[in-house]
Amino acid sequence: MNNLWKRAIERFGHPKVYCTLFLALLLITAVFLKQNIIGLICTALVRIAQNSILVLAMVPCIISGTGPNFALSIGMICGALAGCISIEMNLVGMPALFVALFISIPIAIIVGLVYSVLQNRVKGDEMTVGTYMGYSIVSLMCIGWLLIPFKSPEMVWAIGGKGLRNTIALSGRFDKVLDKLGNITLMGNVIPVGTLLFFAICCYLVWLFLRSKTGAAMLAAGDNPRFAAASGINVDRQRTIGTVLSMVLGAIGIIVYSQSYGFIQLYTAPLYMPFLAISAILIGGASIKKASIGNVISGLIIFQSLLAISLPVINGLLPTGNLSEVVRIIVQNGVILYALTKAGGAE
Amino acid sequence: MNAEVKIENPKHSKLNFISLLSKYSVPILFMLLCLGGAMVSGLTPKHIIGDVILRLDRNLFLVLALLIPVWAGMGLNFAIVIGAIAGQIGLIIIKFMDFGGVPGLALALFLATPFAIIFGYGVGKLLNKTKGREMITSLILGYFANGVYQLVFLLFVGTIIPANNPAIMLPGGIGLKNAFDLDLIKYAMDNILAFNVMGVKIPVFTFILVALLCIFLKFIVKTKLGQNFRALGQDIHIADVSGINVDRTRIIAMIISTVLAAWGQIIFLQNIGTIQTYTAHEQAGMFAAAALVIGGATVTKATIGQAIVGTLLFHTLFTVSPNAGKNLFGDAQIGEYFRSFIAYGVIAMSLFLHAWQKNVAARNKEKLEQ
Repeated sequence: MNNLWKRAIERFGHPKVYCTLFLALLLITAVFLKQNIIGLICTALVRIAQNSILVLAMVPCIISGTGPNFALSIGMICGALAGCISIEMNLVGMPALFVALFISIPIAIIVGLVYSVLQNRVKGDEMTVGTYMGYSIVSLMCIGWLLIPFKSPEMVWAIGGKGLRNTIALSGRFDKVLDKLGNITLMGNVIPVGTLLFFAICCYLVWLFLRSKTGAAMLAAGDNPRFAAASGINVDRQRTIGTVLSMVLGAIGIIVYSQSYGFIQLYTAPLYMPFLAISAILIGGASIKKASIGNVISGLIIFQSLLAISLPVINGLLPTGNLSEVVRIIVQNGVILYALTKAGGAE
Repeated sequence: MNAEVKIENPKHSKLNFISLLSKYSVPILFMLLCLGGAMVSGLTPKHIIGDVILRLDRNLFLVLALLIPVWAGMGLNFAIVIGAIAGQIGLIIIKFMDFGGVPGLALALFLATPFAIIFGYGVGKLLNKTKGREMITSLILGYFANGVYQLVFLLFVGTIIPANNPAIMLPGGIGLKNAFDLDLIKYAMDNILAFNVMGVKIPVFTFILVALLCIFLKFIVKTKLGQNFRALGQDIHIADVSGINVDRTRIIAMIISTVLAAWGQIIFLQNIGTIQTYTAHEQAGMFAAAALVIGGATVTKATIGQAIVGTLLFHTLFTVSPNAGKNLFGDAQIGEYFRSFIAYGVIAMSLFLHAWQKNVAARNKEKLEQ
């Protein structure tokens, strides 16, 4: 038994093992509390699909050696902006979604390029600088959301007639267009087949990219920058590609998130969202230097199910306060802390 | 030597002026911003001065708590959030005991200290495992500690920790309310000695305490321990080689910083007079760091003067920006977003410049070696 435990820790790492055990405990409690297990699983599936691409966005940057993208919120803002533009153009349904995606990509590429110029000057400190870069851009864009001259009455404050609302409802626009694509319902619960399919396609594309020549160069640059530079790889270029790809996936990710959630969240909403994505991929077994698509998928399943199931279970046990939120804070930041200590000191 | 310098000075006076300007560019920029903001805001000077004195009274101690980790080469200690938590634990205990006034405040300070020492030791231990990544670790550690703190005071109080006080606990008897008043120690410290100058209240006693802290910090620099901090800040490897116990010195730096932050948070809250149980500490690290950086400090260099000037400028900006935003754009919200942008932005800028310089230095060293 002891041996098995040790081997499990060695193979999967502490976060994955502990989180899986915690998840199992929650599930058993849910059974005892006679909660709707299928409903819980479907909620978990919706949440997994919702956050999927945001977590996937962590892969290229970790692989290219810049560490988890703590400034992913900047990419998310690009996506949110594109979503607003698509509404301003008065589009509805699937076209609205795809126009939003289409617009978000060039914006995210430009922003990613600018950001990586900064990032390539601070090698070794990307995480600290990135966190505060993200924070400051989010708060700068708070002013932006108030001043950008959007006109659509759906988005602008009803009183005063200028400045975007905190949350923009997508009903009648592209609310759940991907989620409902497959249209499978299980005992009254929708399974977001379309979003999961979209995630699978994105995963496949990233996987394909990592096997391309550029992807291989990126892996080499991230794994050992000195060796890569000696063998003729332009490390800065690979880091730039990784960051841009991460920002683009972040932008796509937030649009997919919004269509599933039903609202575009503006202002300070993206502030802490990168942490959520980072902890998901770390739970999946990634480190701040290594990540794979497998880490994304397993991390997403474990972390998001944990969040989805902890809410009703903990509230069922203890209705006071907001304990499930507390659980999220502890798990999320604990996992990141663990990854930081495990990476050890800088050389 | 002195004579030579005196002769040379007039020749280079223009150059000196420019170098002085670049040396103090950050505080000068913010001074201009504050002046502009103050003019646009339309607030009376009396209002602004009164407000700024109030905010200095609240925040100076917390900002000064950041200095020692900077000296010891550990960067901006965002984990002073944990010190603030220790301070709040002290306050929550005296609230439970319903023990107020100056003795109550003293008891809160006394009770918070052992918690702060233990927490500081833990933070130090953890940061020793992540040398070179102290700032991101201390930031995440602050968030993590916030989660644990919430767990303890939402779930453990009333279950594991026996407690019963309907005034500050949730109706179910488990967990603390989101907010409660601290009337029993409100202004307890400020009013020990306070003057009224033209309608502006000056809490002299608190400022005396701040002055004492400054003297203590000045004193510590001169001791062996202070020299060790400096040596660590200059070059950790050389410090190690020259026989300084690096890990132990870093832990001591964190303990001092955490204890000071705990006291600072108590001073902050005795002035505010209410406590938002689960959020009062959250922004402590960020605001203190922003204030320090605005004073012209960097991640590796900070002085007491910079801390004081920075706090003054940052909180002037805080006072005037909502009104300035309202008058300029017709929306107070813009001013509020602007000030949070400033707070995050200066920290980002400072971290960026520091990391950049470190990179350039590393590259130059590499070139020299080749």
